[in-house]
Amino acid sequence: MNQSKGMGNILITCERKVENMEHYYQPEIECASREQILAWQNERLVKQVKHVYDNVPYYRKLMEEKGLTPADIQSVDDLHKLPFLTKDDLREAYPYGLVAVPLTDCVRIQSTSGTTGRRVVAFYTQHDLDLWEDCCARAIVAAGGTKDDVVHVSYGYGLFTGGPGLNGGSHRVGSLTLPMSSGNTDRQIQFMTDLGSTILCCTPSYAAYLAESIHEKGLQDQIKLKAGIFGAEAWTEEMRRDIEANLGIKAYDIYGLTEISGPGVSFECSAQSGMHINEDHFIAEIIDPNTGEVLPDGEKGELVFTSITKQAFPLLRYRTRDICVLTREKCPCGRTHVKMSKPMGRSDDMLIVKGVNVFPSQIETVLMNNGYAANYQIIVDRVNNSDTIEVQVEMTPEMFSDSLKEIAVKEKELVNALKAMLGIYAKVKLVAPKSITRSEGKAVRVIDKRKLY
Amino acid sequence: MTVKQISVFLENKPGSMAKFTDVLSKNNIDMRALSLAEASDFGIARIIVDDVYNAMQVIKEEGYICSATKVLAVAIPDEPGGLSKVIHFLGDSGINVEYMYAFTTRQKDLAYMIFRVQDNEKAIRVLSKNGVKLVCQDDLGKL
Repeated sequence: MNQSKGMGNILITCERKVENMEHYYQPEIECASREQILAWQNERLVKQVKHVYDNVPYYRKLMEEKGLTPADIQSVDDLHKLPFLTKDDLREAYPYGLVAVPLTDCVRIQSTSGTTGRRVVAFYTQHDLDLWEDCCARAIVAAGGTKDDVVHVSYGYGLFTGGPGLNGGSHRVGSLTLPMSSGNTDRQIQFMTDLGSTILCCTPSYAAYLAESIHEKGLQDQIKLKAGIFGAEAWTEEMRRDIEANLGIKAYDIYGLTEISGPGVSFECSAQSGMHINEDHFIAEIIDPNTGEVLPDGEKGELVFTSITKQAFPLLRYRTRDICVLTREKCPCGRTHVKMSKPMGRSDDMLIVKGVNVFPSQIETVLMNNGYAANYQIIVDRVNNSDTIEVQVEMTPEMFSDSLKEIAVKEKELVNALKAMLGIYAKVKLVAPKSITRSEGKAVRVIDKRKLY
Repeated sequence: MTVKQISVFLENKPGSMAKFTDVLSKNNIDMRALSLAEASDFGIARIIVDDVYNAMQVIKEEGYICSATKVLAVAIPDEPGGLSKVIHFLGDSGINVEYMYAFTTRQKDLAYMIFRVQDNEKAIRVLSKNGVKLVCQDDLGKL
């Protein structure tokens, strides 16, 4: 008992120490007064609405349908008048319909999976990349990062925003950046030990897996990690404590979405009690997902973002479908920007598996395209801290053959088609006809066995 | 000179074979031979019965997925080396056996093998030429 009490005291001391040492990447912004933040938001919102109205016919039409012109938006108080954008709009306007500058001014494309096979494609000018990287730099510095750190980025690189975002942020901080990308765990651990990585950036499930592998190899003493910045999927406080204990680090949450820029839309500080939204770039609202009504701070609802500084892909009132709570209580870290809770669920049927967005409708599309009946069930689980996804498909007379080999070939084709659509491996399990559970005559499409929220 | 084998899709889980054999017994279907092939999540039960048409009807009505495949049923002297001889006839003629399984009957001195090959006609020619006795569907009831 005495011992554990003693440990508690040490922890408290450590926390105080971190508080005193709080660093900021852009203190004049991150700790600006609320009045200052609101002044920035008012000015930038008015300008942004005009920019979008003038350059995005798709959104201009949505505004016209509500009888709005840019003159109706004089400040953040008028924000609620603007129409929402959803993933359906992104699909409708794919690929260029929401781009607000000539393509000649764009320098980058990033992408994420979308519904029924249409991906979300986001465009960036150099200015947009700069502000995104600033946001990621704020997250890295909040996690204790300095130019003396070795930032080990194990998020995927490529179209996925995870790798490029943290990579850019790390450059801005001046840290030594290790662009590992995902996978090849042995090499990850070797570089981590050989090159002395101090900050790890990846999905929380991969961090847990890395921690486990490091312990299996008995290399925990050779790891110099002090912090981790983990995001792109849901994780629990329990998982945070496990990762922190196993890697001997402090684990920080980070949030973002490609539609708004990428990781770093919000990030955790040393208080580890919610993520500060970068309000100089993004205005957050919480709405009732059923009525679209704006809810007061502290109430649970769907998170909506308005991007007020981006040039190429400036989404106004974009519905994230993430359910969370905003809080403006004073944060001990000194930052003044609003905090959002970890997302507590979704207001649509999207699943996040291994950091990748998966919609049941995508799986349905693959089945139909490959000649299968849309009788399926998706089972998502987390085994050894890693997400698994299994698609159970009912066997049909057309698919059946006396030859195991022929069935295996068909199964493989389906696995490949799912991989092409989802970007991740999904196990296919062929089950007996009519064996998929139906409740009230309607099949239960998704069984998520993970306890994440 | 072939017999029709019924292949049935079964899930690879406890009780699924028991449920299937219940269906057969309830409907008075007598099996001559049975073989089970397994993949990781499912299996295929391959059965030989006298009345293929009736059995397929019953199995389908019970909600199973099945198909019929023409296979060779070969009578083999029930003595050491009996199978080896027949297999050599096939192998020496370049005929590949996809799968095979054995069954016996009340008849003494003879065992029976089911062979699944790609080219039934060629296999029948080779075996007949070498004096191997093949069984056709109508003969099954008499065994």
